[in-house]
Amino acid sequence: MRISKEEVAKIAHLARLEIGEADLGRFAGQLTDILDYMDILNEVDTSQTEPLYSPVEHETPYREDEARSECSKEEVMRNAPRSDGEYFLVPKVV
Amino acid sequence: MPDYEAVIGLEVHAQLKTRSKLFCACSTVFGEEPNRNTCPVCAGMPGALPVVNKKAVEYGVKLSQALDCQVNDRSVFARKNYFYPDLPKGYQISQYEHPLAEEGQLEMPVNGSMRQVRIVRIHMEDDAGKSIHGAENTSYVDLNRTGVPLLEIVSGPDIFSPDEAVAYLKSLRNILIYLDICRGNMQEGNFRCDANVSVRPRGRPEYGTRTEVKNMNSFRFVHKALTYEINRQIELLEDGEQVVQETRLFDESSGQTKSMRGKEEAHDYRYFPDPDLVPLSISVRDREEWSRELPELPLSKWRRFLRDYALPEEAADILTGEKDMADYFERVVACFGEPQTVGNWMISEMLRELNEGNISASESPLAPEQLAELLRLIQQEKISSKIAKQIFPEIFARGLDPETYVEEKGYLQITDESRLQEVVREVIAENPDEAASYKQGKKKLMSFFMGQVMKKTQGQANPKLVDQLLRSELGG
Amino acid sequence: MTAIYQMSLTEMSHRLQSRELGVEQAVSACLERMEATEPDIGCLLHLERETALQRAREMDAAGPDPEQPLWGVPVVIKDVLATKDVPTTCGSRMLESFVPFYDAEAVDRLKRAGAIILAKSNMDEFAMGSSTENSAFALTRNPWDTERVPGGSSGGSAASTAAGQTPLSLGTDTGGSIRQPAAFCGCVGIKPTYGRVSRFGLVAYGSSLDQAGPFARSVEDAARVLQVIAGKDAKDSTSSPEPVPDYIAALAERDDLKGIRLGLPEEYWGEGLESDVDGVCRSALHKAQELGAELVPVSLPHSPYAIAAYYIIVMAEASSNLARYDGVRYGYRDTSEKELTRMYFATRSKGFGREVQRRIVLGTYVLSAGYYDAYYKKAAQVRRLVREDYQRALQDCDLLLAPAAPGVPFRLGEKVEDPLQMYLTDIFTNPLNLTGLPGLSLPAGLGPETGLPIGLQLFGPSFGEEKLLQVAYVLEGALPDLPFPRGVDK
Repeated sequence: MRISKEEVAKIAHLARLEIGEADLGRFAGQLTDILDYMDILNEVDTSQTEPLYSPVEHETPYREDEARSECSKEEVMRNAPRSDGEYFLVPKVV
Repeated sequence: MPDYEAVIGLEVHAQLKTRSKLFCACSTVFGEEPNRNTCPVCAGMPGALPVVNKKAVEYGVKLSQALDCQVNDRSVFARKNYFYPDLPKGYQISQYEHPLAEEGQLEMPVNGSMRQVRIVRIHMEDDAGKSIHGAENTSYVDLNRTGVPLLEIVSGPDIFSPDEAVAYLKSLRNILIYLDICRGNMQEGNFRCDANVSVRPRGRPEYGTRTEVKNMNSFRFVHKALTYEINRQIELLEDGEQVVQETRLFDESSGQTKSMRGKEEAHDYRYFPDPDLVPLSISVRDREEWSRELPELPLSKWRRFLRDYALPEEAADILTGEKDMADYFERVVACFGEPQTVGNWMISEMLRELNEGNISASESPLAPEQLAELLRLIQQEKISSKIAKQIFPEIFARGLDPETYVEEKGYLQITDESRLQEVVREVIAENPDEAASYKQGKKKLMSFFMGQVMKKTQGQANPKLVDQLLRSELGG
Repeated sequence: MTAIYQMSLTEMSHRLQSRELGVEQAVSACLERMEATEPDIGCLLHLERETALQRAREMDAAGPDPEQPLWGVPVVIKDVLATKDVPTTCGSRMLESFVPFYDAEAVDRLKRAGAIILAKSNMDEFAMGSSTENSAFALTRNPWDTERVPGGSSGGSAASTAAGQTPLSLGTDTGGSIRQPAAFCGCVGIKPTYGRVSRFGLVAYGSSLDQAGPFARSVEDAARVLQVIAGKDAKDSTSSPEPVPDYIAALAERDDLKGIRLGLPEEYWGEGLESDVDGVCRSALHKAQELGAELVPVSLPHSPYAIAAYYIIVMAEASSNLARYDGVRYGYRDTSEKELTRMYFATRSKGFGREVQRRIVLGTYVLSAGYYDAYYKKAAQVRRLVREDYQRALQDCDLLLAPAAPGVPFRLGEKVEDPLQMYLTDIFTNPLNLTGLPGLSLPAGLGPETGLPIGLQLFGPSFGEEKLLQVAYVLEGALPDLPFPRGVDK
């Protein structure tokens, strides 16, 4: 299989995802199918082609350096799962 | 046993003095209540998008020009992906394959000679917030600093000792301050330094395995950390062991570097061009305008001081070490002339007062014109140099006009010959034994008599005159 | 007066301005229609009943504003667009509790034009899907046949508008998520040129591909909505400074299609089409010819590679865009975990559905060390070639035409087991997003065998929405009107 269960677990780990042991096999199979499909791109000669990362054609839009306060601290913290009104609270990293 | 040399590369992060953040209009003012300077963009909320601060680009380009770098016509913002609570988007917006500028150099004086250190690249990126570790297994996240603009300046492996490293940092910092784009304060965290350190047998071209050293929060600690690390690596190699490539943190209390191994995992940042931003293109017009706006840089100023003011190198070093100091110096010289005198005075007296008050020359309560006045009083022999030094702390602290002060306090040097002659005669009369010894050949007693006259005149007698009068009264 | 729920936007807007119709009346009628249809089709995730009625009363009291082209018109917004003080879940448990304090720019523009936000519509989680079956909260059914999918990821909005809940709705299109559900539900959908409509407040899936756009029951209605939401936004760096023309005026400029060259990419008109799709679409082409258009064969030779390139790019961007969902500042957090890294794992593994996790893992893979050049960079190179294909074809033609999907709306549950099969249903829509060019999906008729709606896609040149709308408008006039979907009209 092109992408093994271990590799799936490792990549998932990078993305802070835990795929359950039961699902890992099936996941690896599905990912393999999809990646195999993507091999089709190797048929295309891109040696002379610049990558196109975005369709945008306009020049850099800049912002003037002015400080503006458009929202309150309460608004920004309103949806926090845990806060004391001052800080966002999270469990410590061990 | 081979002799080893150290090879050091430095990465400096300079926080820019813009009013707003790099990608949003939140204020960058330091010391606000936590999470006050936030918005959907820098807090990484769903659907928020970045827009580049032009001033930050201007600062980046100016630094690049000051370091003789090639400013890229087109540079690309890239996402650096990793997870941490003070990184709201789950990625930092940085630059990777196409940075703002490349291939420059920094020239610095070290131990009497000029060294060039390559500047490999300069790029822009946004700062992370702060995570404060608290009690009960809780961390406190403050996003005020998230999104503040940073410039990352990467040197080549062209630094060969801790002394050179500090010289590099001081030079770079000075340039940033001269350009007025960064506060340059390591303790405040707006000028940060990480080092890549390796050693190799002297004269060999291959590089040894390098370690990364972090958490050095002052020039002194940089020096200490690098010294320790270099020795540690040499000892390892001399013991027949290998240097492990790793990140090490400097520990202030022990003065040692400690391995982060176990705590740190290999990062795969998965850089890719940020699709929310258009590649940065800098117009020729902007580039030229910013280039014209560059002030005289520290090294140029240093050279000019040596040439135009005939100052010794060490004096020029100190006077151009801070832009404020240099500006102050030149204003005094503009009033008074005599650059060497001004230089000496500022280095010996004024620097001390500035350091004690922890202020820069621009914050000096004593204006340059006032210092010029003081020096003029000495030149005109209206006060002695000694008195001037005595009264300096007070007139400095209170920003007083020297002439007025001296007159009010009665410090004017006594130059009235007849009055001095009276005092001289008094002293001779009160000390007949010494007078007799002097006349018999004990010429060393001149200083005794001088001292006595000074005592009687509270140190205000003009020493030259006193000397003349004493000699004439005592006969030779 | 037509039944309110059957009114076009144009008609409703007209009657509201003239006060023949009150705002509260219009809102109440829409709410009633929603009540009547929701049990069958389940389009909506959140209803703003009281706020909308309150707003309606205020507006009735103040009187119509002729400067506000959508004054008093109720609208439905896909739940991927931020709406101030109204839940915005993106169809995900991760944002189940999230209520933004800001509006998406497109939403804000609708509001400033006088529209009333009535509800948020269902969608595939984080816009990842082609059937709306990936929603964490609800199952949306096609109003034409409730055993079938409405399409995705904007299935909720498409079904809602098709069923007459409101005259218009907003959706978003990253790989066809407006055009395909528009075709499946028998309404008009537009994916504007990339950068035409601001992405501020559009929760990002594929940042270089996403665009918000309208669903409506006629081309004119869709043009009216586009007119309001299009235009540069300083808050979005990818938003274009290209001036916005008068789309409504453009509609009046043509009665026929004389002189119009319509390109037919051979890669879209070949064998893979289901017979109903083939029949209905070719019939529409015939109508176009009758109107004076010339049909021109063209080729988009890199079409076979476009899906692979699309998925690599969109998943890579998505894996990064979804990194912010970590339970720290908003949204779901697994509070049982007492250590940070464990909290991240648990939050993300429980908050995201399976398809989202699959795409994040794939996206992470294609960006990871050693694979970047082979996948992401390669896909970006192919992207340029795909764009060049379209630009070349459009030099020779005014627009390109293709069916919106190779088949009629498939059955619920039919494709969920095989992700790759699901991805391949987008084959006619996602190449366009790679190019950034605009596209419009027009109901072409009901399939003779299945009785299900079939959509025809029109692709235009960059910022060529005027021409798209013009041609679509004329063609629409010649095509049979669709009745209201039988799945909701008993």
